[in-house]
Amino acid sequence: MSYPADLLYAPSHEWVKVEGDEAVVGITYFAQESLGDITYVELPAAGDTVTAGKEFGSVESVKAASDLISPVNGEVAAVNDALENAPEQINATPYDAWIIRVKLSGKPEGLMDAAAYEEHCKNEHH
Amino acid sequence: MKTIFAESVEGRRAAGYAVPVDENAPKAADMLPAGLLRKNPPRLPQCSELDVVRHFTGLSKLNYSVDANFYPLGSCTMKYNPKFSEYVCSLPGFARLHPLLAQLPRTTAYTQGALQCLYEAEQWLCEVTGMKAYTFQPMAGANGEFTGVQLIAAYHRSKGRHRTKMLIPDSAHGTNPASAALAGFETVNIESRDGMVDPEALAKAIAQYPDEVAGLMMTCPNTLGLMETKLPAIVEELRKIDALLYYDGANMNAILGKMRVGDAGFDVVHLNVHKTLSTPHGGGGPGSGPVGVGERLLPFLPVPRVRRREDGTYWLDEDLPESIGKIGPFYGSFAVVARALAYMMRLGGEGLARVGEYATLNANYLKKRLEGVLEIPYSRICAHEFVASAPEGMRALDIAKALLDRGFHAPTIYFPLIVHECLMAEPTETESKQTLDAFADAIREIVELGRTNPQALLDAPVTLPVRRMDETTAARQMILTEDMG
Repeated sequence: MSYPADLLYAPSHEWVKVEGDEAVVGITYFAQESLGDITYVELPAAGDTVTAGKEFGSVESVKAASDLISPVNGEVAAVNDALENAPEQINATPYDAWIIRVKLSGKPEGLMDAAAYEEHCKNEHH
Repeated sequence: MKTIFAESVEGRRAAGYAVPVDENAPKAADMLPAGLLRKNPPRLPQCSELDVVRHFTGLSKLNYSVDANFYPLGSCTMKYNPKFSEYVCSLPGFARLHPLLAQLPRTTAYTQGALQCLYEAEQWLCEVTGMKAYTFQPMAGANGEFTGVQLIAAYHRSKGRHRTKMLIPDSAHGTNPASAALAGFETVNIESRDGMVDPEALAKAIAQYPDEVAGLMMTCPNTLGLMETKLPAIVEELRKIDALLYYDGANMNAILGKMRVGDAGFDVVHLNVHKTLSTPHGGGGPGSGPVGVGERLLPFLPVPRVRRREDGTYWLDEDLPESIGKIGPFYGSFAVVARALAYMMRLGGEGLARVGEYATLNANYLKKRLEGVLEIPYSRICAHEFVASAPEGMRALDIAKALLDRGFHAPTIYFPLIVHECLMAEPTETESKQTLDAFADAIREIVELGRTNPQALLDAPVTLPVRRMDETTAARQMILTEDMG
């Protein structure tokens, strides 16, 4: 398991890296480990509005399909198109394989720091 | 193995069961508009009878079936299909019936027996589930779900309401949100507490979307194999806002003859007759997913409905102005309904109740045998199925693959999603103690092997026609075409 200290985390296992008025969003090590080999990522389009707590795409693995839940409010500034043909990047390097970059419309709320998220994962495991 | 198309040889023919042709009978080609006639014959495989028999016998030998082995696939209820039901539906009077005969005024008299079957099957299901009426039109369980949520939509529409949200527990079958979405609803996830629907979470969702909640789709016992114990509170919560309660019949086997869902407060129900009433799993068809309704949804059922006159004759009623219309062709999969009726009549009320008892007993026995071998996250008495987790450091997938080598079908794995490394077993009522013991022994042996020789588990299966499939590459680089030769 790994929980980089410079990120914020959502209970639904997305990570957020705030850079000025933008946020980069991906899914955590725990999420990709639970899903197993990821086979497909459904991405939003640049310009789409995302709402905290609402779905913005999905990931499919050999085990399951899971919604991606936006941890922040704002507008999609960029999407990581490379994931379309290489979804395995999420398994290999979950914290480099970002999914979307969001132009924030407000300060992110209700997210956890690394320690709190690590605790959250422990409770979820069984 | 080749496809039957690849085995085709130009000009080769099978006599088959051809019946004498009346040369004077009208030709279809003379009756259809020219535009509908095909220009070339269909490219069907050209084979002798023996080619066909060997091809399909060969395929069946590669296949795994409940006629040959134990099939503990949780939430799928892969129970044995008694040959008696097959005999009944293959009686020539049923098997050679054309569905249009019942609809044509001059020939409906020839279909009275078939209509009586549909009528009586409906009465049986109403008695078993406590609903007011059933439609047999849905062609499978998921089609039944779609029908059910359409009925809910029609109900709210008739009241002039715009209800857009369907509540779905996080333990639900994936088909529930899919059916609701297909019918135009937005789904709202309801988190479980102690493995059950939490009335507080339900009340919160209702408060969050005032005047928008159309209904709640529940499976009971749920997909963890647990009886929902908070039903009365859930029903009460929904009644307050006149939202409807949907019963997903996937796990009906557990409560057959024991609990009538209509009496418990469910408003609409779909049954999977291939699970509960032992008809064949279609492998894509022919299925049957009858939908039953309570009083409030009666006017919206699909047409036609089979009615009985006072003189004992049967007719098809198409005159239901508020009906959601047709969901499938004709009356659904008639031969499947005939099997279901045969099964119910053969077992009777007493036998059907025993199905529920034995299904539950078998699941609890197997769960007990596997305690200490697998991790059992919910220790309370289960219904007809239970969930387990692979022991720490092992994967459900590898245990499943190793079972194949030992002559067992794998249980359901990685479902429900809320259980870690989930294995979900449903033995059904027809399996003997000897079979259950052999299965439990196989799992014990596999888990021990996983501790002493983990690589052996990763290598499984080694005795089957194909070894471990590369599911990841298959999903990432899908090839959806086949060279038909």
